[in-house]
Amino acid sequence: MSLTSASITQLRQQLTRGEITAVDIVDALEAAIASRDPEVGAFLSRDLNRAREFAAQADLSLPLGGIPIALKDNINALGEPCSCGSRFLQGGYVAPYDATVTRKLRQAGAVIFGRTNMDEFAMGSSTENSALGLTRNPHDLSRVPGGSSGGSAAAVAAHTAIAALGSDTGGSIRQPASHCGVVGLKPSYGRVSRFGLVAFASSLDQIGPLTRSVDDAAAILQAIAGHDPADSTSLTAPVPDYLAEIDRGVAGMKLGLPREYFGDGIDPAVRAQVTAAAHRLEAAGAELVEISLPHTEHAVATYYILAPAEASSNLSRFDGVRYGVRHGGSGDLLDLYRDSREAGFGPEVKRRILLGTYVLSSGYYDAYYTRAQKVRTLIRQDFEKAFAGVDAILSPVAPGPARKIGENAGNPLQEYLSDIFTLSANLAGICAISVPVGTVPAENGSALPVGLQILGPHLGEATLLRVAKAAES
Amino acid sequence: MAQNSIDVRYVAGLARLHLSEEECAEFQPQLDAILGHAESLLALDVSGIDATAHPVPVHDVLRQDIPHQSLPVESVLNNAPEQAQGQIRVPKVIADA
Repeated sequence: MSLTSASITQLRQQLTRGEITAVDIVDALEAAIASRDPEVGAFLSRDLNRAREFAAQADLSLPLGGIPIALKDNINALGEPCSCGSRFLQGGYVAPYDATVTRKLRQAGAVIFGRTNMDEFAMGSSTENSALGLTRNPHDLSRVPGGSSGGSAAAVAAHTAIAALGSDTGGSIRQPASHCGVVGLKPSYGRVSRFGLVAFASSLDQIGPLTRSVDDAAAILQAIAGHDPADSTSLTAPVPDYLAEIDRGVAGMKLGLPREYFGDGIDPAVRAQVTAAAHRLEAAGAELVEISLPHTEHAVATYYILAPAEASSNLSRFDGVRYGVRHGGSGDLLDLYRDSREAGFGPEVKRRILLGTYVLSSGYYDAYYTRAQKVRTLIRQDFEKAFAGVDAILSPVAPGPARKIGENAGNPLQEYLSDIFTLSANLAGICAISVPVGTVPAENGSALPVGLQILGPHLGEATLLRVAKAAES
Repeated sequence: MAQNSIDVRYVAGLARLHLSEEECAEFQPQLDAILGHAESLLALDVSGIDATAHPVPVHDVLRQDIPHQSLPVESVLNNAPEQAQGQIRVPKVIADA
C-alpha cells in the first residue's frame, strides 16, 4: 500500500519502526497532489517546504507524531493563509496565531499541511460557493464533493491527504464525508474548542476530523478534544480514551431508527444501503428499535433562521478595517463598510447575511428568531426522549448521493432542503458521525459513496465511535 | 409571521451591504421562498416552551485574571489594509467643524 493510502495507525507503525520518515510521507503527498489535485481541486494552498521542515522535527514518540493533517481553510495556523474560500480574505490575510485545534495537533506531533477548499465562510453543501475554485468529487468528477468541508473530504478520498479537519455547523463534515466515501465526525457541542475557527454560527459550529477509518477519527478527536480557557463554551468534562473500547462491538446495544428519516424524500437506493447497514449491525448483536423524532420536519426552517441570524452578527467583523479587502476608502466610514462588504462577499454569504439581518430586525425578531429558538428546544427534547431508550440513532446522512455540479444553481431553498438529516444534530448539540457503508450506481457508470449517519447523545463520542467501528464496511 | 415580501434594499442597508440592482432582483424571490418555508413553524404551538440559545448552557464562565502575552502588534497590523504610526488607518469619522 502506498504511503498516501495508509491509515494513521499503519503510518505510525512504520514511523516508529524506522521503516519510513515523516518527510517521506510529505514527499509522497506532494507527488499524489501533483498527479491528482489538478482534476480534484481539493487544496486552496499548501507549503511543502514548510511541511517538510515540520516533518523533519516531528517527535515520533507522540500519538500523531509525523502524521500530516490538512486544515479546512477557516482554521487559523500561524503564518498561513486562512481565506475561508472568500475573496474577502484572499491574499490579504496571514494568520497571526494558531487555533487551539492547530496547537493541539502540533502538540500531538502532527505535521500541519495544506489548506482545503470550502464553501465561502462554510455556507453551503457543495463547495460550489467557494469564491476561489471548484472542487470535484474524486469518485465522479462531474459531481460535487458535498460541503462545506468539501476540500477536506475530497483530499482524504483522493489520497492527497492522510486526514483533515473540517467544521460542521449543519452537516458540513458529515455530508461531504458521505458523498466522498470517508469518515466524518462532528463532536458534541463544547467538546472541541472553537478558538481560531472563523465563526459562522457560534451556537452550532464544531470542528472535527475527516479520515479514512473510524480509528483514525478517534485518534484525531483524542488530540483535539478538551477544555480551552480561550473558548468559554468548551466543556470541562474529562476526555475519555476513545480507542479503549472502540472494538467492543454493538452486542446488546439498542439502536434507534427514526421513521421521519426514512420517508418518501429519500433516494430508494440510498435508503436500501442505509437499511442494509442497520441490519448488519443487528446481525452483530444490536437490537434495532423504531423511534420517532417528531419535529424533524421543522429542522430546515429552524436552522435557516438561527444560523443566518448568528452569521449576520459574526460576519459584521468583516468591514474592511482590520483585515481583508478594503473598498470605498475615499468616502466616509459607512461607505468603506458597505463597499468592502459588497466587493468581498459572494452571493450565498450575502443571502444569509440578509436573511439573518431580517429575522433579527425590529418587528420580525419574535416572529422568526425567538420562535425558531423555541422550536430548537423541541428538537433537542426529541433527542433527549429518544436517548432515554436507545444508545445511538441510525439514519441516512443526505437524501441522495452527490449531485451534479451546477444542479441547484439559483435555487437556494432546494439546496437547503437537502440538509434535512444533518441539521438536527447541530441544533441539539449532540455528536454524530458519517461512516461509508456502500455505493449506489450513477447513470454514467461511476459508483457514488453512501454514508450511514450515527447520532449519539451529548458527549457520547465513545459509544458513537464503537457503533461506527462496527458499521465500518 | 404573516408573509410579507422582504424589503431587500432596506435590509441590505441594515446589513451594511451596498447591493447592485441586479443582486436585489436576484435575491428577492430567493429570500421570499426561504421565508415562505420558514412559515411552517407557525403551525407549532410553542407556548410555554423555553428558547434555546445554546445547546449546552454554561453560565458566567470567567478566566483567571492573569496577564498573558498578547499577539505581536506587527503581525496584527500586517493584516490591516491600511496602517500608519502603529495604528489601523480609517477614513475620517468626525466631520469638520
